[in-house]
This record gives sequence, structure tokens and C-alpha cells, in this order.
Amino acid sequence: MNKYTYTSITLLVALCLLSFFLIRSQRPGSSYPFRFGLDLVGGTELVYKADTSKVTDVGGAMDSLKEVIERRVNIFGVSEPLIQTESAGLISGNLDERLIVELPGVTDIDKAIELIGKTPILEFRLARADSEKIVEKNPEATLDDIFFPAELTGRYLSRAQVIFDPTTQMPQVSLDFNSEGKAIFAKVTREHKGEILAIILDGTIISTPVIQDEISDGKAQITGNFTPEQAKSLVRDLNYGSLPIPIELSSSQTIGASLGEAALDAGVRAGIIGFIALSIFLILWYRLPGVISVVALVFYVALSLAVFKFIPVTLTAAGMAGFILSIGMAVDANVLIFERAKEELKKGKNIKESFQEGFHRAWLSIRDSNIASIITALILFWLGTSAVKGFALTLGLGVLISMFTAITVSRTFLFAIAPQGTSNLKKFLFSNGLHLK
Amino acid sequence: MIVVKQRKIWFALSAILFALSIWAILAYGFQFSIDFKGGTLTEVRFEGTLPAKEQIEGALNALEIGGYSLRPSGTDRYIIRTRELSDTERLQLGDTLLSISSTKFTIERQTTIGPTAGAELQGKATKAIAVVIAMIVLFITFAFRKVSKPVASWKYGLATIIALAHDVIIPTGLFVYLGHLHGFEIDLLFVTGLLAILGYSVHDTIVVFDRVRENLSINHEKNNREDFETTVGKSVNQTFARSINTSVTIFITLLALYLFGSEATKNFALLLIVGLIAGTYSSIFVASPLLVTFHSWQKK
Repeated sequence: MNKYTYTSITLLVALCLLSFFLIRSQRPGSSYPFRFGLDLVGGTELVYKADTSKVTDVGGAMDSLKEVIERRVNIFGVSEPLIQTESAGLISGNLDERLIVELPGVTDIDKAIELIGKTPILEFRLARADSEKIVEKNPEATLDDIFFPAELTGRYLSRAQVIFDPTTQMPQVSLDFNSEGKAIFAKVTREHKGEILAIILDGTIISTPVIQDEISDGKAQITGNFTPEQAKSLVRDLNYGSLPIPIELSSSQTIGASLGEAALDAGVRAGIIGFIALSIFLILWYRLPGVISVVALVFYVALSLAVFKFIPVTLTAAGMAGFILSIGMAVDANVLIFERAKEELKKGKNIKESFQEGFHRAWLSIRDSNIASIITALILFWLGTSAVKGFALTLGLGVLISMFTAITVSRTFLFAIAPQGTSNLKKFLFSNGLHLK
Repeated sequence: MIVVKQRKIWFALSAILFALSIWAILAYGFQFSIDFKGGTLTEVRFEGTLPAKEQIEGALNALEIGGYSLRPSGTDRYIIRTRELSDTERLQLGDTLLSISSTKFTIERQTTIGPTAGAELQGKATKAIAVVIAMIVLFITFAFRKVSKPVASWKYGLATIIALAHDVIIPTGLFVYLGHLHGFEIDLLFVTGLLAILGYSVHDTIVVFDRVRENLSINHEKNNREDFETTVGKSVNQTFARSINTSVTIFITLLALYLFGSEATKNFALLLIVGLIAGTYSSIFVASPLLVTFHSWQKK
């Protein structure tokens, strides 16, 4: 037994463990399930454009926006929602900051939009010095004409609750700001004593109290003419998320569950049929090395699927197409090596030498051609909406993983079984093509 | 050797297909999908009898949503493409369908893309294609930097780019024509397919060029004074079986995807199949003979 035999046995054991993992992790409740895109399981995707023109800390604002939306979606009870932000800029190629919300299983798009869009925007604004004159002159003056933002928004809110005025028993909403908000609130109330600080919710003035004194404890009350129910729902909405910045729906997509399921089944079926047809071709044409390349291909599939579970890669219809395509491409390295080995066999070298030479000589072209494929995959990933990203990721990972399986794995097995002799039968088994010798 | 000797025939064949594709693109133009121009796509599945097209058209005309396209899809569904619909308009569309159809229906899929998002993606797709091409030329020039005799390494890059253009324009031309006949649209998946073809085309061309590179250095070591034409011809012959077999393996998987795969990736698989055939042809019959042509121009 040579060292290749031992490595082969190790690899086979590894394959068994990998398969065991793949099967086990398919059971419900596993922490490594496949993650499927909305086009395969059905659901709703909403892409929002965030208006960051009025904030300085764009990254921070987007992060808190994401948190707020997550809280909102969670109380709605969607299983495994996916909320992402995408920044603007040269690298991403986006012109604006985006928020992407994926809601698997939700197929009522209007309900979904309502769920997210209904979040209130709470802001505090100071009246301009000549605000009364402006209103006199132009009774239809907009909020922007009369007030200017006081830097204080719902973003800095840590808690809201309903309280009742001890004398009138009228419901009020009390607000607690976080430490950052507390500082801003103190600064605003200190610098603008005696002025009007309007509380505006979703573009409507709720109340216009006059600042009596500096407020340094970060607490405020809204005394609108609320009914207890209104106060309660306002508090709930504020707690579950007052949006730090305005967002606008820029695109939406809903896919029915049955359509997704059919696409998933079809993808799996195409993959299995493709794999079997490919294996038949490889074994008929490449004989014994063909069998080995099929074994390497089984490794490739098992390893890729495990990587998809670990990263995790969101599998979409396009992603599955990418993976099926990569199965075909993964064989390329083997084809290159076997064809090269055949040339060497023809020159009269023995089987072992021929395959050594085959691996050695094919390496450069495998390397260079795969680098070109990886460049393409990277750029596709950059281009990506979720469908294209899935394709790019499965294709790119496929190239990397296939370099390992088609070279390392198939080399180990080949040399483990490569015979010493040069009998015609042995030569036949290790040669390829239509001819018999 | 027939590949290199008879190169004018292969060039002519490619040139004809190329010209036809350009003609198709100019004559029919691109049918962009809502991915790129914005709008709303609604796929409706009817249970029981499918209402007649006229019936739905009548109902859609009553809604004030401007121009639309209505196409049956499969045996039980219609795909309606309209301009970007607002929330209320989407609800109206549902109500209208309810009023004309006695059978139950389900909105299987509805996608709305704003016009700015579409335009942005269009810009991004163009940039992506340009960046892929630029990166690949740079990479090839770098990979072949040591073989600048008898043909400069950037000419390998140039030959690759010509093969690339060939591999991308021909499937595009075919799809524009099919778009004219069957309403295929240029969507994001189409651009993805084109980029995948770009990647494959280069991958395939590099393998042949790598063999030229190797043969040149062997000749150099052994002081073999071989004609460049002979070297290229020999390299093509040596890599011929590999080129065909790799194409066959990929072809098998793509065919499975086309025949058995999901409806969503059917056109995508077809595009890749056409690209694969063009790509295999071009790396053997276009890119390599072009090297010889470049060399003979150099000598004059």
C-alpha cells in the first residue's frame, strides 16, 4: 500500500461523514438547513430607498433603520425574515442607500407594505423666528416653511409609554430618550428657551409646546387630545419603531408558494438528471479514470452543498442554475488532465508517468482559465440583485471547490489504483476515446 | 491543420452569423424587461377554464393604466406587463380580474420596479460588462507576458476580445430575434447569462493559447525553427478533444437544465447553450487562426 491508498481511504471516510452531515442537517430543526431564495419558497421582497439627505452619520442611521424594521417584522410573526442594507457608492454601484426586506411565506404584498410602511416618523422641529408672520401671509404654508428640524427624531427614542394626567385624567404619551438623544434634547431646550418646539408625527403636528426650561433628563410628554386607544397604539408604534429616516418603496416582488415549489423541484430534478447523464458520458469515454472523475464529482457536489449550508448561500433558481452549470465545468480540469495523459501514453510512457505528466502539464491552463472564471464571478456578484448574486456565488465557489476535487481528489484516487505494468488491458482501461487501444 | 489552413472559411462563417446578429439587433431592437425600464409584472393563474384574451383585454382597457402587454403563459396563466402601478392600482387590477372571471384566480407573482431603479440597473449592467472585458484583457496580457515572440502578448488579448465579441453578439442577436417572435425579454438574468458566456469563452480560449505558449517554449528550448502557423495548428489539434469534451459535459448539464429545469431558468439555459456552442467554435476556429493572421500581417 502506498501513501495514496491511505489518503484515499481518509478521503472516502471524509465523504461518508460529509454525506452523513448533509442528510442529518436536512431534518427539521437543524441549525444548518439550506437557505432558499424567495423565488423558490414564495414570499415578498420589498426594496426601499432611504432618504439620507438630512443625516450626517449615514451608516449609523441605516443601522438603526435596519434594527427598527427588524423589530417591526418580528412582531408581525414572519419566520426567518431577512433584512439587509445596501450602501450607495462606487463599489456597490447604487445611487442611494437601500433597505431590502425579504419576507418568506408572505404573499399578500399589500399587507406587507402596510406592515412596514405604517411605521411612524416622529420628529421635533423648532418654529422659525418669524413663523407667525409666515402663517399670516400664507395660510397654506407647509411645515418646512414654518419649522426647521431640531436634530431630534424618533431615532433617539429609548422608550415611550402612556401616562395619565393626574388632574385631568387625560392620556398622555411620555418619551424617554437614550443618552445621545438626552444630550441633543438638553442642548435644544437650553439654546431655544421660550421658543416653540413642535412634535410632528408622520408630517402632522401633534402638539406645539413652548420650551419653559432646559430639560436635561431626556424625558418629554406629548399632550395631544388622545383617546386612550390612540395613545396606546401610538406608544406601540413608537416603541416598535419610529423610523430614523424616511424611506420610499422603490421595487417589490411577490412570488406564490406553489410557483416557488415547482421551480425548486424542477431545479433538483434537472440537477440529478444532468449529473447522471454526465457520469454516463465520463465513464463511457474516459473508462477507469472516468469512474474516478465521477467519484471526484460526487465529492464536489457533497462539498459544495455543505459549503452552501455553512456560509450560508441563499439558493435561488438562478443560483441552482449556476450550480448545475458548475458541475459541468468542474469536470473540465479532469478532461484536460486525462487528455494530456493520453498523449503521454501514446508516446510510450507507462501509466503512472503519463498521469504524473498529465497533472503537471495541465496545471497551468487549469489555473489561468479558472482565474478568468473567478474574475467574472466577482464582477457578477457586484452587479447583483439577489438572483444574480446567487448565480455568481455558486459559480465562483464552484470553481474554487472544483480545483480541489478535480485535482487533489482525483489525483489521490488515480495514483492509488494506477498499476505498474503496460499490458494492453491496463492501457485500455486508462486510455480514452473511441479507439480500443 | 485544416483549422488554421482554411481559416478564411471559418472566419467567413463567423462573419455571416455576426452580421446577421447585428442586423437582428438593429432591426428589432432590444425588448427590455421591467428589470431595466421599470414597471409592474403580474402573473395570474386561473383555476378551471382560462378566460379568453379579449375578455381580459377589455377589462384592462377599462382601467386607466395606459399601454400594457398581455401574454398567455403555460396552459392556465397570463402574464400582464404594465407601467409601474401604485398600491391602489394594484388592488384595482385584482378587482377587475375578479369581475370578469367566474373561476378562481391567484396572483402567482407580482413584481414592481420603479423607473429609477431600472435605469440604475441598466447603467450597472453596462459597467459590469465593460469591467469584465477590461479585466480579462489585462489578465491575458499579464498571463502571456513571457511569450512576446513572434506575436506580442497583447495580440493574444486582442484575439480573445474578438472571440468574446463573437460569443456575446451571436447569442444576443438570436435572442433579439426570438424576442421578436416569442416575446423573450432582455432582463437581468439575460445579462447574467452573457457574463457567464464571457467567462466561459475566455476560459476556453486560454486553454488553447496556453498550449501555443507551451509549444513555443518547447520549440525555443530545442531550437526548433517551426513556422508559427504550424505551431498554432499543432496546438489546436492537441487541445481539440479537450475543447469538444468539455463542451459536451457542460452541454449535458445545460440540456438537463433546459429540458427539466424550472420555467424561470429555461431561456437562461438556452442562452447559455447557444453561448457555449459559439464559445467553443470561436476558441478553435476564430481566436487561434486569428493569431496566425496577426502574425502574417506583422511579416508584411
